[in-house]
Amino acid sequence: MKRLFSLTALAVVFGCGCAQAQYTDGTIKIGVMNDMSGTYSDLSGQGSVIAARMAVEDFGAAAKGMKVEIVGADHQNKPDVGSNVVRTWIDVDKVDVIVDVPTSSVALAVNEIVRDKNKVFLVSGAAASDLTGPKCTPNTIHWTYDTWALANGTGKAIVKTGGDTWFFLTADYAFGHALERDTAAVVEKNGGKVLGKVRHPFPGTDFSSFLLQAQASKAKIIGLANAGADTINSIKQASEFGITQGGQNLAALLAFITDVHALGLQTAQGLIMTEAWYWDLNDANREFAKKFAPQDRGVHPTMVHAGVYSAVTHYLKAVEALKSDADGKAVVAKMKEMPTDDKLFGKGVVRADGRKIHPMYLFEVKKPAESKGPWDYYKLRATIPADEAFRPLADGGCPLVKS
Amino acid sequence: MFELLGISSQALFGQLLIGLINGSFYALLSLGLAVIFGMLNIINFTHGAQYMLGAFTAYFLLRYAGLGYWWAIIIAPIVVGITGIIIERLFLQWLYKLDHLYGLLLTFGLALIFEGTFRNFFGSSGLPYSVPPTLQGGQNLGFMFLPNYRAWVVAFSLAVCLSTWFVIERTKLGSYLRAATENPTLVRAFGINVPRMITLTYGFGVALAALAGVMAAPIYNVSPQMGANLIIVVFAVVVIGGMGSIMGAIVTGFGLGIIEGLTKVFFPEASNTVIFIIMAIVLLIRPAGLFGRAT
Repeated sequence: MKRLFSLTALAVVFGCGCAQAQYTDGTIKIGVMNDMSGTYSDLSGQGSVIAARMAVEDFGAAAKGMKVEIVGADHQNKPDVGSNVVRTWIDVDKVDVIVDVPTSSVALAVNEIVRDKNKVFLVSGAAASDLTGPKCTPNTIHWTYDTWALANGTGKAIVKTGGDTWFFLTADYAFGHALERDTAAVVEKNGGKVLGKVRHPFPGTDFSSFLLQAQASKAKIIGLANAGADTINSIKQASEFGITQGGQNLAALLAFITDVHALGLQTAQGLIMTEAWYWDLNDANREFAKKFAPQDRGVHPTMVHAGVYSAVTHYLKAVEALKSDADGKAVVAKMKEMPTDDKLFGKGVVRADGRKIHPMYLFEVKKPAESKGPWDYYKLRATIPADEAFRPLADGGCPLVKS
Repeated sequence: MFELLGISSQALFGQLLIGLINGSFYALLSLGLAVIFGMLNIINFTHGAQYMLGAFTAYFLLRYAGLGYWWAIIIAPIVVGITGIIIERLFLQWLYKLDHLYGLLLTFGLALIFEGTFRNFFGSSGLPYSVPPTLQGGQNLGFMFLPNYRAWVVAFSLAVCLSTWFVIERTKLGSYLRAATENPTLVRAFGINVPRMITLTYGFGVALAALAGVMAAPIYNVSPQMGANLIIVVFAVVVIGGMGSIMGAIVTGFGLGIIEGLTKVFFPEASNTVIFIIMAIVLLIRPAGLFGRAT
């Protein structure tokens, strides 16, 4: 009897010896939410779901015995729709991490919900630097780019080359306001002056009236604090009204390769923009683009898509190390503890305020004669090293950063 | 010259002109809608999608057939008009005797199908279409730089709107049309082919939408969403002008374009909503619209 008991005890001890990974519901569920049908659907949209899928495949989740499921949803650029989707996802569908979410007003709303429910939020698409500033949480990581990095890249470069008077054409919502605020600060810090601004409804169609006001201000630079289809239309209509012929220049403060593709090189040539990733920078990027494009109607990946890939990869590494995805705060803490390393962004780090650090690149759009084919649009003007590209940790006003 | 609330007269005239140009799109589109509703009693929610189809046809003609803008202005409305006739024969003819709501639901569903299909194939950033070479450049009017193309848009829209009004209100064909709407049975008794008239009228209304689409292609983005953004505003214009009134649609279209233009100067953030505020006020005071007849 005693021998049986001790043998059984031994068996139980050995049986529990190898710890099984405990994932909520047995599955790691990734929710990719973005604009699938409107202004921002080309730069994020279905492409982000594809990027997430590629990340899961390259990570080898199946081989490691991790069951990973990806779901996608359209927030239609509306904070109320986005909030509802996220709440349903977390409460009913047991989604563990929300990824992408362009449109800063939606991202800021989701930011609060994810913190309250202790899940993980990996922002690739949205830009407002408030996500790592006053609105930072221990559950959110701002991955790809933000308004401060754009202002610092494009804004500073343009002021230094003589564009010292600015007029802003701003999308009238959280993102536009943040981008305008950060760029105005950079312009003034570098000796320039902001002559005025006008806010257009988001999304807009006709910018002729606002461009006319910009023209009347006689500012050397017209800063476009908008994105996606709004930027495309602003640039198209600006060329129609002879704004560049009149001696003023446009600064596309946030532009993606999909915008340049829609404009055509004839209109877009000479535009200067800051991006975090470009498909033609190195071999790893090119290989990724080659695999990505056929799955997305030939559209080449934008920095938002690359950010989703990178963020999902690092998330899976952290969850694997922790053997659990239940506690959002713990996963994010692990992601901040582990340095990042993936084939698209290389080595990097996630700061205490939730800001992922990597170099930013200043690009200029090629002239039609310089381009070898579709999607060959950028030439590299400068690389901003990682430690200079983002707002210094102490300046953000993030409550998580102990000063 | 003079200053009004901090805006110089030069800037003001420039904005008024822009407003007029936008108003011409509203007028062209609301004209098509007013014709269709006035004659057929169908609330044509597909109008925005048909506007988008016109722009895409122009793009295809340029890209695959090498036919430029001037060809597109003639061919695109005819092609899209024919698809309109097909829709009318296949779907709409069964709904005339029913409540307005069925026509609205059907056309709304069709609009979603068109837009979804195009977005699936072409994305939402839009496709490039440039201003035709003969209309490039512009005139420096002193108070603003007026692109030639936009001047052409105003002139051509005005011509199309006025000729349509003339045909419907002042010619024999137009009088047959108006009679057929009021009393189809009696008009049929006179030997006039009423169903064919109705089909052709729907095709004409759709062709007007497509024409607006072709004219919009060089200046607004050729994207699957272009109609969805515009259609709600156009409906508001038609409601303000009076649902069945042709002249009402034209006058209101241009008028509201100007008011929106002024709002963009003095209070830009409200420029999206000012038309709806006016619609609410007009409906409170004159429920049939400014020029409409109470039914």
